[in-house]
Amino acid sequence: MARAIGIDLGTTNSLVAYVDDRNRPQVVVVDGKKALLPSAVHYRMDGGIEVGGAAKRGAAEKPVDTILSVKRFMGRGPGDIQPEDRGIYHFDETGSLVKLAVNHGKRSVTPVEVSAEILRVLKRRAAEHLSGPVGGCVLTVPAYFDDAQRQATKDAGRLAGLDVFRLVNEPTAAALAYGLDKRSQGTFAIYDLGGGTFDVSILKLTDGVFEVLSTGGDTHLGGDDFDRVVAERLLAENDLSSSPMLLRGAIAAAQKVREALTYQEMIEIDVDLPGGRILRAKLSRDDLEALIRPVVERTTETCLGALRDAGLAQNGGKKVDGVVLVGGATRTPLVRRHVKSIFGQEPLTDLDPDTVVALGAAVQADALDKGGRDDVLLLDVIPLSLGVEMMGGVVEKIILRNSTIPASATQQFTTYADGQTGMVVHALQGERELARDCRSLARFTLKGIPPMPAGLARVEITYSVDADGILAVSAKELTTGIEQKIQVKATYGLSEDEVERMLVESIEHAGEDVAERFLVEWRIEGERIIQSLESAFQVDGELLSPDERAHIEKRIKGLREAMTTDDYLAIKAWIESTDGASKAFAERRMNKHIARAMAGHRVDEFAGQVRPPDDQ
Amino acid sequence: MAAIAISEPAARQIRALLVQKGTPQGGLRVGVKGGGCSGLSYFMDWADGPAKHDEVVDEGGARIFVDPKSALFLKGTTLDFQTSLMQTGFVFKNPNVKTACGCGESFTI
Repeated sequence: MARAIGIDLGTTNSLVAYVDDRNRPQVVVVDGKKALLPSAVHYRMDGGIEVGGAAKRGAAEKPVDTILSVKRFMGRGPGDIQPEDRGIYHFDETGSLVKLAVNHGKRSVTPVEVSAEILRVLKRRAAEHLSGPVGGCVLTVPAYFDDAQRQATKDAGRLAGLDVFRLVNEPTAAALAYGLDKRSQGTFAIYDLGGGTFDVSILKLTDGVFEVLSTGGDTHLGGDDFDRVVAERLLAENDLSSSPMLLRGAIAAAQKVREALTYQEMIEIDVDLPGGRILRAKLSRDDLEALIRPVVERTTETCLGALRDAGLAQNGGKKVDGVVLVGGATRTPLVRRHVKSIFGQEPLTDLDPDTVVALGAAVQADALDKGGRDDVLLLDVIPLSLGVEMMGGVVEKIILRNSTIPASATQQFTTYADGQTGMVVHALQGERELARDCRSLARFTLKGIPPMPAGLARVEITYSVDADGILAVSAKELTTGIEQKIQVKATYGLSEDEVERMLVESIEHAGEDVAERFLVEWRIEGERIIQSLESAFQVDGELLSPDERAHIEKRIKGLREAMTTDDYLAIKAWIESTDGASKAFAERRMNKHIARAMAGHRVDEFAGQVRPPDDQ
Repeated sequence: MAAIAISEPAARQIRALLVQKGTPQGGLRVGVKGGGCSGLSYFMDWADGPAKHDEVVDEGGARIFVDPKSALFLKGTTLDFQTSLMQTGFVFKNPNVKTACGCGESFTI
C-alpha cells in the first residue's frame, strides 16, 4: 500500500519523513548518509539537473546556474523580491510571475519549478526507501506564508507528481511531532533558528487544533551568521586576509568547530584551506559564545514582540505551556539557555531540531491517510458555505463552499432600525437559504453602535478560515472602530456523511428555499419603505398635496396587501411602484432639508469651506 | 443539456486566462448565491479542478464548474464575454430571470 509522506521544504535544507508500521515517524536518508537534502538545484549547461549536496558544492563555480534558497522567491511577483534576496541571480520579470534566468539566459525557470525539482528527488528517495510508491503528502510552509506563497508551494508539489493532502504550518508540524496536540489545551512557543532564517510562532491549542496566535522572524538570521563570525575570527587569528575563497574554507572549519563545541568545552584542530594553507582553529566554548552572543540576542526582541502580539506579554512571557526548538542552530547550548531565559522554561529538546518539522508533517500525513483524527474533516477546501444570518432569518453567504483554505472574505452590513445600537452576529454553515435550515456555529452581539438612522451604520463582517480550518468571525463598526471577534472550528464534529446530507437537502429544497428567501427579503424591504414613508408624512407632510398623498397611500395599501401573500414578484412590483410614486416627495424633502441647513448663510461661505486655505 | 453554455468569446477568454494563470487543468467556477439587491447574484472564481458533484462543461479546453444547486438556477444560461465602452467582462445571459437590478449582477427568478 502506498504510504503517506511528510515533507519539510526548507530554505536551506529539505527533508522527507513517513510513519512506519510501528507508528513511529522516521526520516528518510536522501543524500548519501544524510536525511537533509540541501535545497539547491543546479541547471547544467548540458540540460541536466543536479539537486542537493552535489548542486550545493558546485554553487561556487556556477553561482548563477545554481539556485539556493528558492523558497524566498515562492509566490512572489516582480517587485516583491527584497534586494538582499536577489543575490547574483538573473531575473526574468517580464511576466506576472518571477522567473530565474539560467544558462546564460537560455533557460528560464519559475521558483515553483525549482522547488518541484527538490520535491521530485525527495519523492523518489522516499519511494526507494519504502520500496513502493508514495501516497498522499503533507508539505510544510512558514506560518507567515500568504495565499500566493502557499498556492505556489502546493503547485510545486503537484508539479512534482505529489498528491498534496494539505499544507501545514511549520510550527504546527513541530508541535505535532512532540505530540502536543494530545494535551487538552495550551499555548506554545516554537523557536525556529535555521541556517539562514529565524522564525518564532506562538500557537494556541484548543480541542486538538492549533491556531497561530502570532508570528515573528528575521529572514536573514541563522546558524550561517554564527559560522561567519567564527570564520572571520579564525582567519584573523591566523593572520589571513578574508578573500572569498579563504572565507569559504574558514566557514567550513567554523561549522566543524561549532558543532564540536556543542558537546565539548574546547577544540583544537587544523583545517586545510584552498591553496595549501593550514588554518589552526583553537577555540573554547566560552570564546564561541562570546562571538555568537550578539547574533543570538537579535532574536530576543522578535520573541518578545510575538508574545506581545499573542497577548502574552505579561509575566515576562511565562504564560506559555511549552517551548519547542526547531532548526540545527538551536543545538547550540547558548541558544538553549537564551530561549529558556526568554520564555521562562526549559525548551523541549528530545527530538532532533533538524527533523522535527518533517516528522510532524509525516504524523499529519499519516493521520490524514488513515481518515483523519477525531472524525474531523481535514480538507483543503471549505466543505460547506459559511454565512451570517440577516434580518428575517435569511442567510448571506460570506465564504462559499469549495473555496480553497485559507480563505477570507469581508462584507458590509448596516442597521435595520433607527437608533439601533447592537447587532447579533450569527455565524452559520450550510447551503440552505434560511438560517433555520443551516448549522449554527457561533453567535455574538456587537454592542456600542452609536445611535443613528437605520441604514447609516456600517458594520464590516469578516470571515477567515486559516490553514487549520479555524474560522474567525469578526464584526467591526467602522465609524467608531469597535470590534468583536469569535473563533470556531468550522468543521467541528461534522462527518463526510453529514456534509453530503446537507448538500443533497440544499438541492432538493433549492426552489422553495429561494422562493422563501425572496419572500422574506421583499417583505422586509416593503416594511422598511412603508415605515420610512409614514415617518416622512409626519415630519414633512406639508410638502404633499392631498391628492399626491392619496396617490402614495394607495400604493402603500397595495404593497401591504401584497405582503400578506406569498407572491414575491407581486411584492417586488408594488415596492417599485411605491418607490416611483414617492420619488417627487423624496426630492422635495431633500431640497427642504438642504435649504434649512443653508438658511442664514451665504453660498460663498460654503464655497469657502472647500477652498484650499492659501486661496482665501 | 449542459448546466451552462459558453459563447465562443467567453471560451477564448477562459482558455487564455487559464494559460496565463499556469493552471491549464483548472477552470472557472460559476454559480448563484443568495444576496444582492434583487435576491440572487452570480459569482465566479478560479478553481484548480472540479469539486465533488460539480457539473463540468468543457468547451475546447475552456472548463466551467457548476455546483448542482447553482445549476438549477442557471439552466439555459449562456456565459458570454462582452467588450464595450462601459465595461469588459463576463456576462450571464439567463432566460430564467424575471426581474434584474440595474447593474445586471443580481436577479430574481
